[in-house]
Amino acid sequence: MQPRIGTHTKKTRKLRNSQSFKDHVSGYLYIAPFFILFGIFTLFPILWSAQISFYSWNILGSKEFIGFQNFIWLLTDDPRFWKAVGNTFTLWIISTIPQLFFALVLATVLNQSMLKGKALFRTAALIPNVTSLVAVAVIFGSIFGTHYGILNWLLSQLGFDKFNWLASYWGAQFAVALMVTWRWLGYNAIIYLAALQSIPSDIYEAARIDGASRVQQFFNITIPMMRPIILFTVIVSTVGGMQLFVEPMIFAGDQGGSKGQVLTMVLYLYTTAFTNNQFGYASAIAWLMFLIIVAFSVFNFYLTRKINSAD
Amino acid sequence: MNKPIGKIISYSFLTLMLVFSIFPFYWMFVIASRTTADTNKFPPAFTPGSQFMSNIDKMFNEYNIQFFRALGNTALLATTLTLSALFFCSLAAFAFSRLSFKGRSFLFIFLLMTMMIPGQLGIVPLYIIMTKFGWINDLRAVLLPGLVSVFGVFWLKQYMDSAVHRELIESARMDGCTNFQTYYKIVVPIVKPAMATLAILTFMNVWNDFLWPSIVLKDPSVQTIQIAIRNLNKVYYKDNAVIMTGTFLATIPLLVMVSIFMRQFVAGITQGALKG
Repeated sequence: MQPRIGTHTKKTRKLRNSQSFKDHVSGYLYIAPFFILFGIFTLFPILWSAQISFYSWNILGSKEFIGFQNFIWLLTDDPRFWKAVGNTFTLWIISTIPQLFFALVLATVLNQSMLKGKALFRTAALIPNVTSLVAVAVIFGSIFGTHYGILNWLLSQLGFDKFNWLASYWGAQFAVALMVTWRWLGYNAIIYLAALQSIPSDIYEAARIDGASRVQQFFNITIPMMRPIILFTVIVSTVGGMQLFVEPMIFAGDQGGSKGQVLTMVLYLYTTAFTNNQFGYASAIAWLMFLIIVAFSVFNFYLTRKINSAD
Repeated sequence: MNKPIGKIISYSFLTLMLVFSIFPFYWMFVIASRTTADTNKFPPAFTPGSQFMSNIDKMFNEYNIQFFRALGNTALLATTLTLSALFFCSLAAFAFSRLSFKGRSFLFIFLLMTMMIPGQLGIVPLYIIMTKFGWINDLRAVLLPGLVSVFGVFWLKQYMDSAVHRELIESARMDGCTNFQTYYKIVVPIVKPAMATLAILTFMNVWNDFLWPSIVLKDPSVQTIQIAIRNLNKVYYKDNAVIMTGTFLATIPLLVMVSIFMRQFVAGITQGALKG
């Protein structure tokens, strides 16, 4: 409120001072409940887990300081952890890339002005996103069933043998990736649709006059214009993908399958902490996972930046 | 530009996507409305049967699933956590957006940074804390950590920054409003749309949450609906029809609710993306 400062009398300045005091009191008071709860139940556990990761600590409360030993074990002597890391990344890749691609296509199709029944298609696209992960995993588990699964029935109609999806590495990975894709495709499409609607239509008009085909327009106008929003969806699906847990757990069990086909980082963290009760080791996993996510996000960020500035 | 071929391709693609989205639900209902023996056949049955009610009956009476208990627990958690997120987050967002106090921007940036941290990082200590409090198998173990969300504060603050004008706050003060009166008489009515979106997102998240509840809520009397479905899946592995019946019943309430509030839901998804 700078412009009016010349008209201030002493009285209003005094009021302003007391208002500033009141604002301080109210300000701190209003954020206090938030910060107290956040501090106790979010911040403090995160910090404490750093300490726990240096201990051998089990549920009975026996704890022994062992320095970096948990991390050394994880890095040098735990193939299951590295399997979980690898699985998390392959699952992320085979679910995210087709998901984002088809979302972009779906959004482009939905963006056509002549289309009827948009609301119906939009709702249908979003409904999977509302469904709980547990339900999704249960349903897909039935679809991918070996003996009576509908997918194997389709395969048998086409003349193939029944395939044990769960037991095979790529079969289980495919099933879990499909669940993720099913749940998030529409969500991303709706985001892309909103972004598409904000691209000025005269750009397309000009391209059409210059004789660009629909496909050329898609790759030379739509995708470049959409880069920031694509970056956003990549970040969101990275955060989600790195924390993948419920789908593999329900589909393949606590161990992520007989050979750990779909064992993910969080699933490994979960069983280490709450099945084996190794709290120290689990905390070390959590921190290592965090570092991997940070490193990957930074890598992702620079990669997309580089792609963005490429032309 | 209405080329018929383009139209046909578009509609075929959309129909394919529609089937892809809807088919799992349809399939769930087909199995839920038949006997397990019916579904364990090749070729499988493709149309709904007539056993839906008897499957429900089986689930309650034969398998003793405390379905309504789980539903009640979930509804209680989701409602309480939604209301508390609305209240605490909007209050904090108001302070961050429209009150000036020392350390304001530092605290807010600090909050934004914590949004990057995956929730699992603190899960082991949180479990130890809940054990110390004696809250294992107690709904409070899920309730207390969920009362506030950083996203909620961020979301509402962004909205207030653009929708609640400073002049409005000034004039409310001229009229003698205290800060709290300004908050609930002026600010809350203006940010109602953003609060509606936050409400639907929070409710949905709590309803569908699985990881943390599955760790602290082991006893059937405190289980949420997601854990109940998982257990149905674990214990009665063979009885596919009953599993699907439970899953169906657990999915429908949320689907209906979100369909009603679809507009707010879409707003939540798209505005978050386009602003961020």
